[in-house]
Amino acid sequence: MAEVLENKVNLPDVDQLIREQGYDDHFHEHHHGDKYQSGFISKYIFSMDHKIIARQFLITGMIWAVIGGLMSLIFRLQLGFPEENFAWLRPLIGRWVTVNDAGVGTITPEFYYAMVTMHGTIIVFFVLTAGLSGTFSNLLIPLQVGARDMASPFLNMLSYWFFFLSSIVMLLSLFLSTGPFSGGWTAYPPLSALPQASDGSGAGMTMWLVSLTLFVVSVLLGGINYITTVLNLRTKGMSMWKLPLPIWAFFTTAVLGLLSFPVLVSGFLLLFFDRSLGTSFYLSEIFVGGQALDFAGGSPILYQHLFWFLGHPEVYIIILPAMGIVSEVLSVNSRRPIFGYRFMVYSILAIGFLSFIVWAHHMFMSGVNPFISNFFVIFTLIIAVPSAVKVFNWLTTLYGGNIRLTTAALYGIGFVSMFISGGLTGIFLGNSAIDVQQHDTYFVVAHFHIVMGVAAMFGMFAGVYHWYPKMYGRFMNETLGKIHFWGTMIGAYAIFWPMHYIGMAGVPRRYYRFDTFEAFKHFGALNKFMTIAAIIVFACQILFIINFFYSIWKGRKVTSRNPYNANTLEWTTETIVPGHGNWEGNIPTVQRWAYDYNKDEREFIPQYVPVGPDEKDESH
Amino acid sequence: MALTQSGPVNRFGIHPQKFALWAAMGSIVMMFASLTSAYVVRRGAGNWLEYKLPLLFFISTLVLLISSLTLHWSYSSYKKGLELRYKSFLVVTLLLGLAFAVLQYQGWLQLYSYGIELKGNPSGSFFYAISGIHLAHILGGLAALTVAGIHAFGLPFAVSEKRRHRFELVCHYWHFVDVLWVYLLTFMIIQQ
Repeated sequence: MAEVLENKVNLPDVDQLIREQGYDDHFHEHHHGDKYQSGFISKYIFSMDHKIIARQFLITGMIWAVIGGLMSLIFRLQLGFPEENFAWLRPLIGRWVTVNDAGVGTITPEFYYAMVTMHGTIIVFFVLTAGLSGTFSNLLIPLQVGARDMASPFLNMLSYWFFFLSSIVMLLSLFLSTGPFSGGWTAYPPLSALPQASDGSGAGMTMWLVSLTLFVVSVLLGGINYITTVLNLRTKGMSMWKLPLPIWAFFTTAVLGLLSFPVLVSGFLLLFFDRSLGTSFYLSEIFVGGQALDFAGGSPILYQHLFWFLGHPEVYIIILPAMGIVSEVLSVNSRRPIFGYRFMVYSILAIGFLSFIVWAHHMFMSGVNPFISNFFVIFTLIIAVPSAVKVFNWLTTLYGGNIRLTTAALYGIGFVSMFISGGLTGIFLGNSAIDVQQHDTYFVVAHFHIVMGVAAMFGMFAGVYHWYPKMYGRFMNETLGKIHFWGTMIGAYAIFWPMHYIGMAGVPRRYYRFDTFEAFKHFGALNKFMTIAAIIVFACQILFIINFFYSIWKGRKVTSRNPYNANTLEWTTETIVPGHGNWEGNIPTVQRWAYDYNKDEREFIPQYVPVGPDEKDESH
Repeated sequence: MALTQSGPVNRFGIHPQKFALWAAMGSIVMMFASLTSAYVVRRGAGNWLEYKLPLLFFISTLVLLISSLTLHWSYSSYKKGLELRYKSFLVVTLLLGLAFAVLQYQGWLQLYSYGIELKGNPSGSFFYAISGIHLAHILGGLAALTVAGIHAFGLPFAVSEKRRHRFELVCHYWHFVDVLWVYLLTFMIIQQ
């Protein structure tokens, strides 16, 4: 990359341009003494600076990713080696491993279910929602639209601390004597509605509800801020059609969150009334332990509707930020304008809209009317159109590009690969007739892990490797990064590709062990293989964490202010890690779109450079 | 409390705080939209107890509507610099808001005396839940009105853009929860 760094042909001086063209909002005159960063606590803990909050979200998300990943290893061990002696796990998980007289330790089924549930909840909400959109919306929105900070730094700080509180509650629930909630991350009634239904349904479920309600508050506070900032605080000249694609993605994500999470709260409130006040929203006549309970007339399907009305937009809340990040990373690293910018935007908006009218495709087997299912099948399959538009545009962006295979670019390309593989199986599942066979099998597990788990993780990794200099002023180690990438890429396929086959054979998800079923016995070797692959992939992530923390202090220093020769505004700040207010002088004004790479024989033209008299303005 | 980084009115025409409030209202609308949809879906499934709403809920609605009117008068008086009218109408609004909360509670008691309980047939549970969650939003509005009252009586009277803007936010929210209740009541009447 060093030779690219020195390439500054025909580029006007940044500072001079910003001084001349920039927009003076008298910011620093109003903010003397810098009350935001005066002491350690206000600078690093209760910070109102969007860049610090971004790092807080990222590191909290990483801690949760490690916890959630370890949980998956525990249940993968159980699935791969059901006969093994797990007494050695006792120091870690204590009495959840029962040791018999012969000294052979077994993971208890209750604990297995709790791990499956917690793994889902943690990865979906804490890692891929807060850790992904929380981190990058915070870091990039103000920097890329040219704002001093979020519309409301105070609410932004609250957003992180509500997430933190929610984390603490969930973490504490892991240590309950009855265990955390164990009824699946979707928390369907009656397991979630009756405290006596299972071990985890009592205190564990209560804490799960409290934790997720706090989490929704965090998402709403964050989302209101992101939307307001994008719509109201763009710098001069930054029209919506000049926004870099990550901003469009974060914006749509925030709108989805704002409209769908309140519905989840409604569902939770009714669930809370059922649990605590004895109402019958989700419960009808039911016997627990031979005793008839005093419920009548409710329907658990109602909860499923309310849950999936959030649940489906939620998977786009997870994948859209990754898509935005990947669009930017691929364009910068292939030195080509993003192909079909407007269609990228339209497809983001189309996906966002469609995500609200497909929720019942999670419920084909729940007894919804088959005629209504048809409606949901059609809209589900239509999502393939904007998704395919995006995939083709990424490929055509790469095609003929002068690709720099940095770790970030590799992760971008890996994302596209994962999104295609996982997206294609979605077409099978979205069809209500085929879903009769595939529902609740490992086929579903493989599908959503590839398309929203691994793909979104890849988008997150692309973002972390790419914008690491903006966060810490240093680069992450590229060699370690590439080992991390190839290990994760090959390993992830090794885990989830075979899963499709056992799913097609009808192996159901969430079962404690399969070796006692005549029909599924012969998949034992495949299960072992997947477990070993999972352990290797987890080991690769440790490499990432070492790289991340090592590079904060010892990574290669960034010497130029625009290390990737990128066009967007975040690379115009005076210092590579900007201080409070982002720009020391004027805010740069925007003159062109963000993707003028290799245009008119110029390698790149940043957004603050005015459009020449005989030059075509690409944003029109 | 540094709620915003920008000036009082920014170049895009709407104050960021006001925009954020509207976004939050959108989110609250989704919440009640989902609750009322759940009501429709559950009612369509049959086994539904029909009952008439007590008159008290209509009286409380009237009280809430009047409180919106007095708040509007208070706001316009503030803009004109009429201190006494501003303060007195604000107090009246706060009292009417409290009266609404009390009337809702009395309405629940009356409904309970008809034999419509929180437990039992979901038709009752839905009404208590929806009106209860709405009342929680009213309490938030009362808190905002109280803060506006503290500003009105604690600070020396002055007409400033910053204070007008803050007061306007409170007014917007209060009118919003008012309209929200009118929607909910209309919904219940149409459904019955």
